[in-house]
Amino acid sequence: MNIHEYQAREIFRAHGLPVPDSEVVDTPEGAADAARSLGGRVVIKAQVHAGGRGKAGGVKLAADPEEARDAAGVILGMEIKGLRVRKVLVAPTADIATEAYVGIVMDRVSQRPVMMVSPEGGVDIEEVAETTPEAIFKETIDPRYGLLNHQATRLAYRLFSDPSLARAAAGVLSGLWRAYRSADATLAEVNPLISTSSGEVLAIDAKMNIDDNALFRHPELEAMRDEDAEAPSERRAREAGLSYIKLEGSVACCVNGAGLAMATMDLVKYYGGDPANFLDIGGSSNPDKVVCALEIMAGDPNVRSILFNIFGGITRCDDVANGIVEAMSRLELRVPLTIRLTGTNEEEAVGILGAAGFKADTDMDRAVQRAVRAAGVG
Amino acid sequence: MAIFIGEHTRLVVQGITGRDGSFHARQMRDYGTRLVAGVTPGKGGQTFDGDVPIFNTVADAVEEAGANTSVIYVPASFAADAILESADSGIELIVCITEGIPIADMMRVMPYIEERDCRLVGPNCPGLIVPGICKVGILPGQIVRPGRVGIVSRSGTLTYEVIFQLTSDGIGQSTSIGIGGDPIIGTDFVDCLRAFEEDSQTDGVVIIGEIGGTDEQTAARFVSENMTKPVVGFIAGQTAPPGRRMGHAGAIISGSEGTAAEKTRAFRENGIAVAERPADIVDALHAVL
Repeated sequence: MNIHEYQAREIFRAHGLPVPDSEVVDTPEGAADAARSLGGRVVIKAQVHAGGRGKAGGVKLAADPEEARDAAGVILGMEIKGLRVRKVLVAPTADIATEAYVGIVMDRVSQRPVMMVSPEGGVDIEEVAETTPEAIFKETIDPRYGLLNHQATRLAYRLFSDPSLARAAAGVLSGLWRAYRSADATLAEVNPLISTSSGEVLAIDAKMNIDDNALFRHPELEAMRDEDAEAPSERRAREAGLSYIKLEGSVACCVNGAGLAMATMDLVKYYGGDPANFLDIGGSSNPDKVVCALEIMAGDPNVRSILFNIFGGITRCDDVANGIVEAMSRLELRVPLTIRLTGTNEEEAVGILGAAGFKADTDMDRAVQRAVRAAGVG
Repeated sequence: MAIFIGEHTRLVVQGITGRDGSFHARQMRDYGTRLVAGVTPGKGGQTFDGDVPIFNTVADAVEEAGANTSVIYVPASFAADAILESADSGIELIVCITEGIPIADMMRVMPYIEERDCRLVGPNCPGLIVPGICKVGILPGQIVRPGRVGIVSRSGTLTYEVIFQLTSDGIGQSTSIGIGGDPIIGTDFVDCLRAFEEDSQTDGVVIIGEIGGTDEQTAARFVSENMTKPVVGFIAGQTAPPGRRMGHAGAIISGSEGTAAEKTRAFRENGIAVAERPADIVDALHAVL
């Protein structure tokens, strides 16, 4: 789960990072008030789950409360990568001497968290990795011991040669590790970590991703979820325990299992169609889930054809068949439905569907071709 | 012989009295797996289905019932400790079916496993099956057929699909193993490829990958450098949009590495025949075997 910059700032502050005061507002007037109470020049930053805010015009400077109001007026309501900006952060501008990058990511290869720093901050770290990889320094963290003091110190001296700045930076790195660990994060990042001409080290940006699998033990983080950042259909799917991602095509696919779901989408493309979504109903056979899945797919105006592809293992085909029959009795489907079922209790499923007037195929390729043809493409 | 499991397997089911644990314990036993014990803390001394002893701890199951393999069906919040308990009790092969284990928990599990003489398969995996001999996990027994092709995959139901298509065409399998879709897993592609290469009952291997991570690229290099047996590959996720999560955590595309195109290229460059559709795997196998 992504959280917003202003939320990550709170978490970082709680772990002792030097994060300047700021305010979050959702109106231009609020931005003017915030600028007045912070005093002096401020920066207005869009709070959206999208990278490249600055390039998209979602970050603006303001010299006084009036300018802050105008800037917030432009940014609020703006769309960045398809996401509407509903909140802005108002923070004092800083007197920047140097900009560094510091972050922790979960590394799949070493299976450990890796702390990464670069004196070339303020730009995309991917860009630094590409153009000047020698300017990135890493320490692998042993999860049993955590970030060791000497590791923090070693990295801090890669950022600053001045001992007092390096000491401050080492403190930031230790705090960042504590924040990462205690929030079950998969990413924690400050870009940029700045030094000022008066010799302070400040974290003027904050980014954090939380491990979805760990949210059960973090109700305080679950409460930070921005439901406006999800499409309504995606939110509904999540609440029903479905894994759904809306795409732009016209052939809707409902599949059990993520790998088979992706392979089904690929096959739709192979036969000339375009998948309308990724939808994994998981291992459960709960008919209510099937009903919800059908409603979500049928509610997508781009959808011209709906395909079920179920390989029964734990999922029982007869349960899915019951769900389909029940859903079809509840809603009026305006697009053709193609059903492929095989595996556990396949015969029962075919019987249930047949009695309700539906045909089911057992061959994946044939079913996908039929669904693509039904969409009027391919 | 097959890989990792077989006639020598003496299985303990962790979470045997739970809904999934009891269902699959029966399925495995009916399939022919030697089920020697179950573990549910607090239910030690009872029996499962009349004759399988239940113990409070895995250590007891090892000592009193001679278990050497465990399979885990406990809820995600307890699963990491269930793995550690097995590793600490002298279990040689631990298969963790549970999905949804926090990444931080798995990061603490891995060094513990590496320090002990045991193998972890999973988590978030369907397990293993040696047709006609033994199954540990949830792979459906009715779709497999004994034979000489090894299958290794990160997926669950996509693996079933591929097994089903092979079986329908008369191509049997030596062992099928699902290694799990999480970012942190125990046994990886390379471990399985090495075992298949050494297995006298395996003539060729099917590797099924998906988007996210770089395990397929590493596997591809291993194939070109270390394998004499033919390998056929398939990658799911050609149509997945960049940067979006597709169900389980393994399927995250981050940056340029981890796309289906990149993995397909790595396969081809290292001599792995890539099937465009699952159905093409059958033809690709006929061509190389």
